Amino acid sequence: MSIGLEHYLALSAILFSIGLYGALAKRNAIVILMSIEIMLNAVNIAMVAFSRYIVPLLLTGQVFAIFVMVVAAAEAAVGLAIIIAIYRSRETIDVTKVDLMKW
Amino acid sequence: MAGLDIAFWTLAVIGVASALTVVLLRNVFRAALSLVLCFLAVAGIYVSLSADFLAAVQVLIYVGAISVLIILAIMLTRDVQRGSLSNKFRIPAFFVAILFLGAVGFAVCNTPWQIAGIAPQEPTTSALAGKLFGEGGFVLPLEITPVLLLAAILGAIILVREK
Repeated sequence: MSIGLEHYLALSAILFSIGLYGALAKRNAIVILMSIEIMLNAVNIAMVAFSRYIVPLLLTGQVFAIFVMVVAAAEAAVGLAIIIAIYRSRETIDVTKVDLMKW
Repeated sequence: MAGLDIAFWTLAVIGVASALTVVLLRNVFRAALSLVLCFLAVAGIYVSLSADFLAAVQVLIYVGAISVLIILAIMLTRDVQRGSLSNKFRIPAFFVAILFLGAVGFAVCNTPWQIAGIAPQEPTTSALAGKLFGEGGFVLPLEITPVLLLAAILGAIILVREK
């Protein structure tokens, strides 16, 4: 059986699940951000695969993947800035200890 | 087609293994290096999907810029050696991830995809430019993204500035 759309979607789902586990189960805020980047990459793989196999001449999925990359870059910059600001004021980036707004 | 099969399986195994390493390693710095490998594998996956422009952009933005940002942030914070611990939701998170994987796998297997049998466009760069800037394309979202990037840059500068 040659490689088709289902293979790429399965790879995307596996990568997204790994990122979901990391985002839910980790304490370090930077590792959580890295897991979110893995999830965004998984979504991009799914969109490029849809674009390649279902509408090969329209390229819409690739355009969406470019926008996802832009938003991911902005998110990484702001997220890491927030993490560094939290580290400066509280001396930790353990998200279980940053609970000032939790009741 | 055999070459494409080999490329896909190699890149998929590298990508999944390095993503698992990111999640499972204790050392945050090694996890970041493994994340770079995962991004490179995803770039290879784009090449195998004949998305050449996206593969180049993936290498430039993710492997080049975002990984440098992440490694810089790791260096500015403490606990690099044993910093990546799990919280108390490790086992529920594992089951949530498995449930999500099962749901997506079920949906993928039970959807009748309408595969178009035609060959993809190559090279994609000029076609993507036509899509982004051309008539009936994505000009308005493209004009909004610079505002988002500017806001992100200004926000990041203000957040990390010394008081």
